[in-house]
Amino acid sequence: MKKTKVLIGLASCGIAAGAMKVYDKLKALQDAEKLDIVLKRTGCIGMCFREPLVEVIDDSGSYLYGDVNEEKAVEIFDKHLKQNEPVKDYIVKCDLFKTKDDIFWDGQIKIALRNCGVIDPENIDEYEEMGGYQAIKKILGEKISSEEVIQTVLDSGIRGRGGGGFPTGLKWRFAHNNKADTKYIICNADEGDPGAFMDRSLLEGDPHAVIEGLIIGAYAIGAKEGVIYCRAEYPLAIKRLNIALDQARKKGYLGKNILGAKDFNFDLYVKEGAGAFVCGEETALMASIEGERGMPRKRPPFPAESGLWAKPTNINNVETFANIPYIITNGAASYSKHGTEKSKGTKVFALTGKISHGGLVEVPMGISIRDIIFKLGGGIIGGKKFKAVQLGGPSGGCIPEYLADTIVDYDSVTATGAIMGSGGMVVMDETTCMVDMARFFLDFTCKESCGKCTFCRVGTKRMLEILTRITKGEGKEGDIQKLEELAYQIKETSLCGLGQTAPNPVLTTIKYFRHEYEAHIIDKKCPAKSCKQLLTYSVDPEKCTGCTVCAKNCPSNAIDGERKKVHFIRQDACIKCGACFTKCKFDAIIVS
Amino acid sequence: MRVKRILQSKDEQEKNAPVDLSLMDHLLEKYKNKKGNLIPILQGTQNIYGYLPHTAFAKISEVTGLKLNEMYGVATFYTQFRLNPVGKNIVKVCHGTACHVQNASAISEAIEDTLGIKDGETTPDGLFTLESVACLGCCSLAPVMMIGDNTFGKLTGSSAVKILKEIKIKESN
Repeated sequence: MKKTKVLIGLASCGIAAGAMKVYDKLKALQDAEKLDIVLKRTGCIGMCFREPLVEVIDDSGSYLYGDVNEEKAVEIFDKHLKQNEPVKDYIVKCDLFKTKDDIFWDGQIKIALRNCGVIDPENIDEYEEMGGYQAIKKILGEKISSEEVIQTVLDSGIRGRGGGGFPTGLKWRFAHNNKADTKYIICNADEGDPGAFMDRSLLEGDPHAVIEGLIIGAYAIGAKEGVIYCRAEYPLAIKRLNIALDQARKKGYLGKNILGAKDFNFDLYVKEGAGAFVCGEETALMASIEGERGMPRKRPPFPAESGLWAKPTNINNVETFANIPYIITNGAASYSKHGTEKSKGTKVFALTGKISHGGLVEVPMGISIRDIIFKLGGGIIGGKKFKAVQLGGPSGGCIPEYLADTIVDYDSVTATGAIMGSGGMVVMDETTCMVDMARFFLDFTCKESCGKCTFCRVGTKRMLEILTRITKGEGKEGDIQKLEELAYQIKETSLCGLGQTAPNPVLTTIKYFRHEYEAHIIDKKCPAKSCKQLLTYSVDPEKCTGCTVCAKNCPSNAIDGERKKVHFIRQDACIKCGACFTKCKFDAIIVS
Repeated sequence: MRVKRILQSKDEQEKNAPVDLSLMDHLLEKYKNKKGNLIPILQGTQNIYGYLPHTAFAKISEVTGLKLNEMYGVATFYTQFRLNPVGKNIVKVCHGTACHVQNASAISEAIEDTLGIKDGETTPDGLFTLESVACLGCCSLAPVMMIGDNTFGKLTGSSAVKILKEIKIKESN
């Protein structure tokens, strides 16, 4: 009989949901009762909407418990672990019977996330047990040449998962063909897109997979030094990466003469970012590593020719690297059999916003957006109407409901005006105002613009001013045209991806939701009832009980009325703060 | 583009309570002759003092030969660096896309009301500094805020305020 294993998901999101308390509780119970079980931490399995998660694996099978708190942990401990009676009510996934959450897993294929939520990320032995470091052993053991490695990556069809979608094998070949004594390989872990957290999950859940991918990349292009550029906002990812690097060095996967190979030396270090979205752009990222302001440089020369410290450099994203060991171990065909003709393999998406099943999913390319949202994602929270989905963060665009049957591959998504990006999917329902959404993204890119190119620096600011005016009900005729004009100018005259894509959220919302812009500008109305300045608050005489709470909380004393009599809002004094609406216990404030 | 300014009052403060610059010696020794050392040195300095003291710049320049203008250029470029002292607890309210859609501004407003400070400011008692940040990567728990290393998810205005009040009670004991 094997020891029963208890796995607790302790990624940042799990910890925020209270998983550490659950872990401590179970540990205390185990110590007190001296129960012979293995209690271990693991990364994020992707089911964030049920966090904290506890998985119990015993002889009969695996049981995943969701929404666990300290009380439930005690119950699971007493019933399942001590008396071998699973607590069925809390189980969200089990290989013995079906649960209502099974739909979340149907259609998922885990390649990049293969070990996340399965292994202890701080233990290299567990990664090795799952077939880890086999790929680099295979390459060095069978003396596979760097050209052959590149060919395998090329054959797999994998394209840059950071959003660019450039074929990874081709990128490696360029760096390989540039002859130089010193070359660098960089892992871009500066996941700045608000709404995307797949790289964080990977680094926290399976750091060795990313490191092995980097070692293979270094072998292929001939780099001796590598850098993982990780955002400082991810302290746990940085901590686990550093633990993993130490372990890999001790086992001889990093350092001089790796695994006994005579002329293969490679080492890696983690560089903490300092909080600048533009540093996700490869030339800005390299400037930041060199200790300068993270401003993009002109290309050509491309990094493959002259990158970090003016040496040939190859940059890939975290998710790309995590896929590489799998491709080398299992062959190119095992990867390219998934996906569409031009976009092979799988992609990780972060589902957030007004979606029932928020979390991480890994699906084959070619699945439709509707399937992701309504099958895996469980539809919209509270049964509201699905309006649009934002793909690709501030550089991407909004895809409206009627285009939800678009399949996810690089070319189909680009055709809608959005981009694949790193895979953040923010779902919006009927209560989200699209003009406000566009304003939100512009506000972000305007702040994050590095200031080098005039149109990006000044143009985004002017666009933001126009959008802010529109959401305040001060829009003028011709604003939409002005926005479009500025958008195209910024796109054409910016050096890097940030400026070239910053207007995308505005352009796509104008394209698909022009009527909402017009409603704001001409009718001075916000159809989603989200822009506060455009709302009118009034009292429903049927429901008002005259409790005076609204009048007491009104900061501008705009509400009149005696106790136990219907109240009245004076529109000329109302500042539309919404305080009365939130404070009223009887739903008697009407918003229109 | 963001614009950062140095508060005039800060120089006065530093004059009254001089910063102990010897705390930086170890850090400077470690990074002195390394290429690309500017950002790690600034990060290390901020870890020591909680912000980048005015006098520290001169010391770094003296020891490493880095130019003052380059250092200020970098320090004002990245959001991480602070040129002014901060409170004991930095309250980072996430304003990423997912949090925005889930009404993160209600969290900020509730905190601003309770603490009586605006985004980027510090309470007079030095307990809290309020910051809005782009994305903390806990989108599935939106709206989120982070205090120290602790992340709090699925907040409402009142639950966020409750957390602050609990900290305040703990600190006063």
